Amino acid sequence: MYEIIAFYIFSALSIGMFAIVVLSKNALYAMSALAGGMIFISGFFFILGAEFLGVVQITVYSGAIMALYAFGMMFFDTTRDVKENIKNKKIAYTLSILSAILVMVILCAPFFSSAIQANYPTIQNAGNIQMIGLVLFTKYLVPFELASIMLLVAMIAGIVLASKKMDIKVETSNESQVVKEVK
Amino acid sequence: MNETAVVIETIIKAVIVLSVTAGMGAFATWIERKVLAFMQRRLGPMHVGPYGVLQLAADGIKLFTKEDIIPQNAVKPIFILAPIIAATTAFTAMAAVPYFPEFTLFGYKITPIVSDINVAVLYVMGVASVGVYGPLLAGMSSSNKWSLLGAARAVVQMLSFEVVSGLSILAPIMMIGSLSLIDINDYQSSGVTSWLIWKQPLAFLLFAMAGFMETNRSPFDTIEFEAEVVSGYATEYSGMRWGLFFVGEYANMITVSVLVSIIFMGGYNPIWFIPGALAMLLKVSFWIFLFLWVRAAWPHIRPDQLMWVCWKVLMPLAVINIVITGFALV
Repeated sequence: MYEIIAFYIFSALSIGMFAIVVLSKNALYAMSALAGGMIFISGFFFILGAEFLGVVQITVYSGAIMALYAFGMMFFDTTRDVKENIKNKKIAYTLSILSAILVMVILCAPFFSSAIQANYPTIQNAGNIQMIGLVLFTKYLVPFELASIMLLVAMIAGIVLASKKMDIKVETSNESQVVKEVK
Repeated sequence: MNETAVVIETIIKAVIVLSVTAGMGAFATWIERKVLAFMQRRLGPMHVGPYGVLQLAADGIKLFTKEDIIPQNAVKPIFILAPIIAATTAFTAMAAVPYFPEFTLFGYKITPIVSDINVAVLYVMGVASVGVYGPLLAGMSSSNKWSLLGAARAVVQMLSFEVVSGLSILAPIMMIGSLSLIDINDYQSSGVTSWLIWKQPLAFLLFAMAGFMETNRSPFDTIEFEAEVVSGYATEYSGMRWGLFFVGEYANMITVSVLVSIIFMGGYNPIWFIPGALAMLLKVSFWIFLFLWVRAAWPHIRPDQLMWVCWKVLMPLAVINIVITGFALV
């Protein structure tokens, strides 16, 4: 009974939050609602007994949205409404509704054809983390390694792009001299 | 109705944890003023009550009766929400922390932990890091330049310390093989020599430093440092809204103290003749005292120095520590 109550509370909250993300004109509202929605989604993982995924959801998304806030700080005056420039509202609404229906059909199709089954049933006496580890390092080893290579490439690219004249120490040297050297 | 019993028990535990830690946090403000005063050869609050103990009540009355000001250009809902986030996340993080050993009361076995989830370490650290949203939202919604600077510093600080605290905690977890705080505590159950601080001294130091950053304590309190950014994110706040940020900060201090005590300092295992619960209280009190001691003894550092030390010194050290631990375990 409590699970059902919790499920409905979390679904109402997360749907409400994401509705604010889409509908609000204020960047600060949208970002805060996004963070809130992501955290409420982690509630579903906790209800399903997947605590590890729930915690990862909180940690990863709170950090990621924190970076989004940093961009918001740089690009907007977040206390003011953003002027939206939508030329054709009808097309935007039609496309978004169509894509929402499409996503729902894709996700619900296995239920109707009843072809959904657990390929990797839960193992008795194994924790969340052990089970994820087993699947990740056997069945999904290649995608996992590919993802890590992609992250490594992105990291090196970031360092290369940002590392021009990183050896100059700003705090000790003369500021104008640093500006000259960087140029 | 076994399920209902569990829910009622959890609610009672949550209320107890909430009220006791909030009370302890309030008391810690008085302790802080006294300890700082003694270290600076002053007396600190002396007038209200015996030895100034009732200063707490006076502060509380002042905070509650102060005029509640919301600036005209502020984003009102977010401005109101920010201190609530700061306080609630600090208390939510405590849900997975075991404080004392199991005990029996009226023939009913009680485990002093609100919810024993098997990824407790990650949960506590994740939820506590969500607490940075409090200062961040406060700074961004206040429409004040100092507040915005404080918020920017909060982002910088969070992105820096999270890496260090996450990586430093990984090495002890690799040794224990579990993320549950109860398992971590039981691993160190055979006396002082089995404390993880002896096996993982580097991880201990890194985690403690990350804890100082997480709780905005000096020397890492860049986001509200008076000499640079007035009062940082809290510049526009007054009364109880301002107070809620500091309830959250002191609750976070208690959480970090409990975490360090459990992970590195033997947790609630009895030491010689000292029973487990008392040992835990002593360790947590020592850590609270250490927070105050460091505040009295160390100067602040700048945000760029904080980033520099996190990314160029602490993070490589943490990675090296993990590699060495890995080789030792293999």
